[in-house]
Amino acid sequence: MVEAANAVAASLGLTHGLGLADARALVPELKSAEADPAADARLLADLADWCGRYSPWTADAGIVRGEGAIWIDATGSTHLFGGEEQMLADLVGRLQGFGFSVRAALGATPGAAWAFARHLPGAEHGLAVPEAETRRRLAALPVRALRLSDAAVADLERYGLYRIGDMAGIARAPLAARLGTAPMSRLDQAFGRLREPVQPRRPVPKHRTRIAFPEPIGTREALAATLNRLLGELSAQLEREGLGARRVEVAAYRADGAVRRLPVGLAAPSRDPTHLERLLDQHLDKLDIAAGVEIVTLSAPETERIRPVQLALEAEGPARERAAPPPLVDRLVGRLGTANVLRHAPQASHVPERAEAWLPFLAPAPTPASAAKPRRRDRPVRLLSRPERVTAVSTPPHEPPNQFTWRGQVHKVARAQGPERIAPEWWRGAGEDRDYYRVEDKDGRRFWLYRDGPFGQNSPDWYLHGFFA
Amino acid sequence: MRPARHLEQLRSAIRAIESPGLATVPTGIPALDAALPGGGWPTGCFHEVAGLDGTAPGFAAWAATLLPAGPVLWVGERPDLAGAGLEALGLDPARLILARAGRAVDILWCMEEGLRTRGLAGVIGELQWIDLTAGRRLQLAAAAGATTGLLLSVLKSGAEPPSGHSAAVTRWHIEPAPSRLSWGWRANLMRARGGAPASFHLEWDHATDRLRLAAELEHRPAMPETARLAG
Repeated sequence: MVEAANAVAASLGLTHGLGLADARALVPELKSAEADPAADARLLADLADWCGRYSPWTADAGIVRGEGAIWIDATGSTHLFGGEEQMLADLVGRLQGFGFSVRAALGATPGAAWAFARHLPGAEHGLAVPEAETRRRLAALPVRALRLSDAAVADLERYGLYRIGDMAGIARAPLAARLGTAPMSRLDQAFGRLREPVQPRRPVPKHRTRIAFPEPIGTREALAATLNRLLGELSAQLEREGLGARRVEVAAYRADGAVRRLPVGLAAPSRDPTHLERLLDQHLDKLDIAAGVEIVTLSAPETERIRPVQLALEAEGPARERAAPPPLVDRLVGRLGTANVLRHAPQASHVPERAEAWLPFLAPAPTPASAAKPRRRDRPVRLLSRPERVTAVSTPPHEPPNQFTWRGQVHKVARAQGPERIAPEWWRGAGEDRDYYRVEDKDGRRFWLYRDGPFGQNSPDWYLHGFFA
Repeated sequence: MRPARHLEQLRSAIRAIESPGLATVPTGIPALDAALPGGGWPTGCFHEVAGLDGTAPGFAAWAATLLPAGPVLWVGERPDLAGAGLEALGLDPARLILARAGRAVDILWCMEEGLRTRGLAGVIGELQWIDLTAGRRLQLAAAAGATTGLLLSVLKSGAEPPSGHSAAVTRWHIEPAPSRLSWGWRANLMRARGGAPASFHLEWDHATDRLRLAAELEHRPAMPETARLAG
C-alpha cells in the first residue's frame, strides 16, 4: 500500500492508500521503499526541534496520510526574520534545501494555518494569510481542511456541507447530535473561538535569549563571544526577578540542520555571568560547531530564588566551616561528572563499609544523621572499598596473626588489638561475622585486618580492610 | 603625600623579599614550628607529603586541621577515605569535598581550581609525582587564592620518597613509628625553603587528642614488643 508519495508520484495519481500492485499497474517503473513509521516519527521530531530556530513553541503534529506536520507558534518572533513572508520563505527554502517537499502557511489560529498549508495555492512557497482575511479564505475551503476523519468528512458531505462556509449557519445542537462534537470544535478552533495552544515539544523556559547570525559562525572564539553577550542578557533577566539559574542550556542551530544542546547544572542558583561562562566554556567543544552555527539560544530552564545568605560566603560559624563554594563545585562537576564530586554522608549502619557514604555533592541533601555518633578513635583513615585478601599465619587460629603477607610483602606483627566482632546486617541476608584486629607491624605501620567466617575454623580467611594514620 | 605610609609599605615589601614572606599558622608543636620556614606551618603555598598509605594521608589530614576554617578539597584517583578515621585526627569529614579523577591532568586541574578559590581552607591532591612546571603552577595558584595545597604521594612499601627539585615550600617524608604509649610518626622534613632538613618523632596524645613531640617520653620504658593489648 502506498504510505506516502512524492510530488512526481502524486501527479501520476499515486496517493496514500493505493495498493502497491495497483500503483505498479499505473506506473510500471515505480520505485518503492518499505515504510518505517518509527524512523519517520523521529525525523519529524528532529525537524520540529530544528524549527526551534523560529520560535521555542514548536511541536510535531504527527504524520497523517503520509504527510507530517509541524506546528510553530510564531507569535512575536516573526520580526526576528524581517516579517512573516520573510520567515516563511526562509523556512520553506531551508527545508527544500534538506530535500523535503514543503507547504507552509501562517494563519491566525493553528486550525487555519493547517487548512491553508494544505489547501491554498501558494503554500508551497510559504503563504501568510493576514488575520483580516482568515474568515473569508477559510469559508471557501472544503470541510476536509478542518482536520476531520474521512468518515466525518463523508458525513458532512451527506448533509450537503461541502465548504467550511456551509457550516457557519448550521444549528449546532442537531449537528452535534448526529455527527458528534468533533466537526464543530474543529470549526471553532479554526476560527479562534476555541483556544488551541501549541504544546511545545520541550518546555519553553521563561528566561531565554538568542542570537541569529547573518553568516554561520564556526570558531570557538566566536561562539564564546556570543555566549558572553547572551549571558549578560540572561543574567539581567534573572536579576530583575531576583532569580539564579540552577540549570542553563545552550542550543546551537547548525547550518547542517542539526540542533546541539548543552545543558549544565549548578550546585547553587547563580546569575554571575563570569561563573556561568567558565562553566559553559568547559564543554563548548561538545556543541561541535565546525559545520557552522546560524542561531544560538541560551536559556535557564531551572531557576531558583537567590537567598542573600548564599551570596555571603564570608559568613562565620559552622555554616562557613562546611559551605563549599558553589562555583568550585560546579566547575569540578563540569570536569569530572556528577558522580565524581562527593561529600560525606554518615549512614545508619554499624558495618564499616556502610556506616558512611560519599554521595554526589549535587544530590539532594540527605536528612541529617539522626543522633551524633560517638567519635570512634579506632577506625582507619583509609578504608579500602574492596577488602584485599591476605595470607596470614596465626597460631592458634582464633588469635590475631603473627605475620601476614599482603601484595607479596611479609609483615611481622608486633602488636595487635582485638577482636572487635562486627556482625553482618541480618536484613541484608548473607554474610559472616567478621573479627576485626588493629595490627601494627615491626615498622609501626598499622593495618585493619579481619578474619572472615566462623570462629575456630582451622584455616580462616583474612582480609586487609584499611590503613590507620 | 604620606611619606610615613610609603615607608611602611616599602619596609613590608623588603621584609617580604628578605624573609620567606609566608603567612603561617602554629602547629602546636614548638620544635616543629621552629624548624619550619616562617616559624609555623606555611599557608597560601604548597607542600609535598610522601609516605605509605594510611600514614601519609593521616599526616595530610592532620596538616589540614591546622589551616583556617573552611572546606577542604581532596582529589585523587581512588580517595577511599574513612570519615571516622579523619575525625579521629580532628578533621571533620563534613568539611571535605571529595573529587575522584582518573587522570593526572584532571587531578592537577582540580588542585589548581581549588587553590585559586578563595574561602577554601586547603587542597589535598593524591599524585605520585609532578614536574617542576606543574609544581610552579600549583605554587602560583596557591598564592593567588591564599589557599594551602598538599601534594600527597602515597608510596608502595619499599619505594623511595621523591627527591630532586620542587616548587614546594616544604617536602615531607612520613614514616610510621612503632607505638610506645601511643601510635606515632617519624616526620622527616626533607626540604624546607629557607630552612634545614629535620626529623621529628611525633606521637598522638590520647589525653588531649593532639599530636605532640615524642621526645619527652624518650627515657620512659618502651612497651614490651611482644605485648598484646586485650581487646
